[in-house]
Amino acid sequence: MDFGLSEEQERLRDSARELLARECPMERVRKIAGEAPGHDAELWRTFAEAGWLGILVPEAEGGAGLGLLDAAVLLHELGRAVAPGPFLASSVTSVVALREGASRAQRAAWLPRIAAGDAIATLALFEGAEPRLEGALLRDRAARRAGGFLLEGAKLFVDYGQLADLVLGAFRTARPRGAADFDGVGLFAVPSGVRGLKKEALISLDETRRSAELRFRGVALPREALLAGQGARAADSSRALQRALDATAIGLAAESLGGAERALERAVEYVKVREQFGRPVGSFQAVQHMAAEAASRIEPARALVWYAAWAFDARPKEASLAASMAKAACCDVYRFVARTAVELHGGIGFTFENDMHFYLKRALANAAAFGDSDWHRERVAELSKF
Amino acid sequence: MDLELSQQEARFQGELRAWLRAHVPARGRSGPREDLDAARVERLKAWQRKLHGAGYVGIGWPREYGGRAAGLMEQTILGEELARARAPGLIGMMGIQMVGPTLMRWGSEQQKQRFLPRILTAQEVWCQGYSEPGSGSDLASLQTRALRDGDEFVVSGQKIWTSNAQIADWMFCLVRTNPAAPKHHGISYLLIDMKTPGITVRPLVQMTGDAGFNEVFFDEVRVPAENLVGPLDEGWKVANTTLAHERNMLGSTTQTQLLFDGLLRLARRARRGGRPLAEDPPARQRLAELKIRVEALRWNAYRNLTSALRGRPSGIEASITKLATTELNHELAATALDLLGLLAPLYRGSRHLEDGGLWPYQFMFSLGMIIGGGTSQIQRNIIAQRGLGLPRAG
Repeated sequence: MDFGLSEEQERLRDSARELLARECPMERVRKIAGEAPGHDAELWRTFAEAGWLGILVPEAEGGAGLGLLDAAVLLHELGRAVAPGPFLASSVTSVVALREGASRAQRAAWLPRIAAGDAIATLALFEGAEPRLEGALLRDRAARRAGGFLLEGAKLFVDYGQLADLVLGAFRTARPRGAADFDGVGLFAVPSGVRGLKKEALISLDETRRSAELRFRGVALPREALLAGQGARAADSSRALQRALDATAIGLAAESLGGAERALERAVEYVKVREQFGRPVGSFQAVQHMAAEAASRIEPARALVWYAAWAFDARPKEASLAASMAKAACCDVYRFVARTAVELHGGIGFTFENDMHFYLKRALANAAAFGDSDWHRERVAELSKF
Repeated sequence: MDLELSQQEARFQGELRAWLRAHVPARGRSGPREDLDAARVERLKAWQRKLHGAGYVGIGWPREYGGRAAGLMEQTILGEELARARAPGLIGMMGIQMVGPTLMRWGSEQQKQRFLPRILTAQEVWCQGYSEPGSGSDLASLQTRALRDGDEFVVSGQKIWTSNAQIADWMFCLVRTNPAAPKHHGISYLLIDMKTPGITVRPLVQMTGDAGFNEVFFDEVRVPAENLVGPLDEGWKVANTTLAHERNMLGSTTQTQLLFDGLLRLARRARRGGRPLAEDPPARQRLAELKIRVEALRWNAYRNLTSALRGRPSGIEASITKLATTELNHELAATALDLLGLLAPLYRGSRHLEDGGLWPYQFMFSLGMIIGGGTSQIQRNIIAQRGLGLPRAG
């Protein structure tokens, strides 16, 4: 029995922390957050050179061929740095969807380019009427027509949709029959330059992670655009989509935990030096207990992330339940720790000049993204057969 | 990452399970309690003897003292399986986990020969004389004095919250031998025969109605000087090596899991508006939240175990586990009481009792665990100061 990171994973963690401290310090995060695309091509190039962008891409297709636990280690570090950019959308969500659902030709077209940093991919799933994770609520349709499909609809909260080269659009191909959650939903590989696709940036609090609204007006696609697996005649991509969503939930959990860890570290550093009443405020028990409470919530949540990420590859049958547990736990922890860290900073923590708001805003955005905590808890209840 | 047991560990687990299936006594229908009458003491001693006969008591002890020098992994499996089989607790736990390892580390050869063999067989049961009325969280301020008089110490003072003192044969006790020294350096670790004249044990009735712990009064109790363990005046150090001794954390996590399973069964039985509460959205939210916390602690226990197996120095894991587990156990019971509605306050003897009165009992008992063994506040102090490096007040 061994429930811990391997030596390689610990090395990956250490080298990622070092690289991010050098290449993505808070000054750079602040600068990127203040600019229009919320993405820095040069930083992206650095990630590509480090081999990060293809971490989940098989070696034969130009990647590192590692597992989700390795990706979670990386996401933890990216979360600590509040690093901007489409890593989660492109290198986790989209790569998993392509790996699980794409044909050989689709994989060959996209995976090597994503791994090399030459293409950014993203998932277009949520709709305006009820922007939640319920598959049965998806309305936007992919109508069949001679030789292919015609996509019609509007998608919200598409991470980095404004600059993605490949959009994996989730469109209804058949009525839900209620078996799988995303039964009757197809994923379509939509190149960003296609006719009828319009993009508009959404204005969001978290400027370190951008998203967009994508309008599909009669977007015509060939039959091969549907991610229906290799040679299979499946009418939908529900399994690939479900796997991609589980990986994303686990990724958000890992990232949130990293952010929480770093926010607490910074708050602890601050209360050690900030003096009131002639002594460091960190010597007051009220302050110590806030920090201790935050630490005692972070540690058990860490074990849930490891378990979920490990189960995703090693015990796929447990993965959905584990993903929902980790997502709800870690996003709640991040929000709690981020607000505690702001509070521990006192007045300065409320200013824009201080960095604390970056953690708080990311915590808020992560909690809302890909199923809020109530949604994931209900899924835990359902999958555990309460 | 690998969650499989080795072949040897799996065999140990398999044999243990089979043995427990055949030998764990059927549970009485009286529900949980801490009271100990003579018959119950005899039953518990018999259980420990039986478990010892099968080779499952003190397995982490070295062979020369009757153990089998089992590693952390086997000790963990034992703790998990005993909890899962709902086996009775070990009446000699204080001896096995606390005084035994202390004697091995600090005791004289004569002390080891005299005391160790009788611990494993429950021939002698031990209690712990640490807390005093004026010394709880600030244990090192303890005042019970021991004055040297020839070959003896003369002990006077009072201990409190002493579990099992009413049935114990021996007490390991912290006493002040040097009032002039700084408080951590005037304490000694003494072994006291509970039958010595001058000792009075008075049971304390707890809010549960049980009398599990006691006040112990010492009125010029004469203790042979050879019962001193370790150096004179350095008993604080002696006691702390035992406190730092690896605690089996998985056994307690398994108990928390079992408690959650019971809560879920209750939620399926209990109804609101004719529907099981397990189908009621607010109740499902609470249950799911609790399940997530239970699972997090379970995986965290594996994580801590792996860290210990890899030989990494332990930090504040034990404090985080103690804090989180005791608070969660209380929360599980509190949720059960909410699900019970009007039935919640019904207690022992009522005809309408659910689960033998487990939940109101557990609600109270778990609060005791939040306070005992270092309160939640003390754990937060430890986490803040030793874990996060925040400065001590003052």
